[in-house]
Amino acid sequence: MKTFVYIDHFKGQVQPASWEALGVAKSLGEASAVIFGSGVDALAKAAFEFGADEVLVADDAALTDYRAEAYASTLSALASARTPDLILLPTTTRTREMAAMAAVDLNTGVLIDLTGLALEGDKLVATRPIYEGKLYEKAVCSGKPVIATLRGRAFPRPAQDASRSGSAAKIEAKAESPVTVEGYDVAEQAVSVADAGVVVSGGRGISNNPSLTPPAGMDEKQAEVWRAQQGFALVTDLANVLGGAVGASRAAVDGGYIPYSHQVGQTGKVITPDLYIACGISGAIQHLVGMRNAKLIVAINKDAEAPIFKQAHYGVVGDLFQIVPALTEAFKKKLGK
Amino acid sequence: MKIIACIKQVPDSEAKVKAENGQVTWGDAPLVINPFDEYAVEGALQQKEALGGTVTALCIGPESAREALKHALAMGADEAVLVSDAALGALDTVGAARVLAAAINKIGGADMVMFGRQTLDDGSGVTAAQTARLLGWPMLGLVGHIKVEDRNVQVSRVIEEGRQNVSAKLPAVLSLVQSIGEPRYPSFMGIRKASKAEIPVWSLNDLGVGAPASIVTRAELITPPSREVTCEIIAGESPAEIADKLADKILAEKVL
Repeated sequence: MKTFVYIDHFKGQVQPASWEALGVAKSLGEASAVIFGSGVDALAKAAFEFGADEVLVADDAALTDYRAEAYASTLSALASARTPDLILLPTTTRTREMAAMAAVDLNTGVLIDLTGLALEGDKLVATRPIYEGKLYEKAVCSGKPVIATLRGRAFPRPAQDASRSGSAAKIEAKAESPVTVEGYDVAEQAVSVADAGVVVSGGRGISNNPSLTPPAGMDEKQAEVWRAQQGFALVTDLANVLGGAVGASRAAVDGGYIPYSHQVGQTGKVITPDLYIACGISGAIQHLVGMRNAKLIVAINKDAEAPIFKQAHYGVVGDLFQIVPALTEAFKKKLGK
Repeated sequence: MKIIACIKQVPDSEAKVKAENGQVTWGDAPLVINPFDEYAVEGALQQKEALGGTVTALCIGPESAREALKHALAMGADEAVLVSDAALGALDTVGAARVLAAAINKIGGADMVMFGRQTLDDGSGVTAAQTARLLGWPMLGLVGHIKVEDRNVQVSRVIEEGRQNVSAKLPAVLSLVQSIGEPRYPSFMGIRKASKAEIPVWSLNDLGVGAPASIVTRAELITPPSREVTCEIIAGESPAEIADKLADKILAEKVL
């Protein structure tokens, strides 16, 4: 089987699930990595190291910024010319669009966010979550090529072997797009609580770190807010490592620790992230309705009786000021950041 | 400004969705407007308020999907259209996009077509981009902020790394995310108006298209092993040990 693997990146930072897709492609046969952008030699080198048999690069100033139409057209033209059996992409905001449009161009179908992919006879059978993960379906695509995006961390990542190398082949860019890129805001809280896949939240407990000494001259309330802000800095570090957003309980917002836009719960936002980590949140009912549909809930609280533990899948009864930084370090190591 | 909001009807998020005899069932749980599509309606109404014009809600579904369209009307949409046909049983995403594009053309086109980011049922989140591709219009995906000036639309797109700000000429297809603003509740007057509204039903024949072939088909439904929500307490000798164990548990859940 001949597979094209699209290596998704933002300004040269590769979405690691791209390498996982490359591993899947290798297990099915011949794997070609496909890279779009400008000045992407480093990515081509990495693609060989992760096992690509061939690397196809559309290196063009007009592809510097992702634009759905241009990227989809470049992919479709390449696939028309070289007729792969399968095109794999990691699931990201970009690839959902590219895969969607390429399926229209190539008169085939698209399978999104797979957690499994297997060859049964001569048919590729995809497994994917539906109904918010309440069910899974096995689906097949009768068109050619089969276009599929793979959920991150659902497939093993191949080892990087620095001794592997090769020379990338240039392919043509189809850079026309009706969309003009004006710029980026890559702000600290760029992803809103509502849109984030991972949310790390702080509650009233975030202001209770007794080991901190506020700067001189603060009154009691100022000192409390100052302590809370130090606490939210720990929460933010963890959110950043996980690529997530910072949330807050109503108590934390009412306490003036953090702006209202971060609030989770009935009067704030109802959110359904894949992972919700509650730090120092006891779990008032309006907070629980705001987050209980998160796929995985983790609670860190010093009070073992806190209602939040009744909603959580994993809990730590302990001092968040020690646990949260330790968790940040653990993820840094395990995620290779 | 002519704006179309594409919506779908789905089982409520609280529904206990199950597989029974190879079919998806949800007991007597209510069918509702797809929650993400409420943002499409909200965004459409915001633009109508800012620029003037009309909002038409468009839905593919069975007769029961009228209720989802009535919700959009009660929120403030001016018109609603239901595309319903016995031949539309198992549409894949490209098929749905073909039918929507035909319906948008029959409505007489639009300046903006709004979608939600994805549906609660299939969850692929690709129909907006496929509809844009079929119409040949710019696709502005995952939009959290919209500004229209003359025939130019400027938007802020919520992506993994932050926001990408882009612009395009109208007409355009947009998918909207929560940052657009909380969907308004239907007003009393709105609900009364919606209950009396005539909702035309268009068949494939009315649209002048054949039933799209389903290229993607479902072979099997799988019920994931149920996970009791009993909290597993992670303990250890030190914060580092607890954190290490907890990180492994989270990674094993494959939610990152």
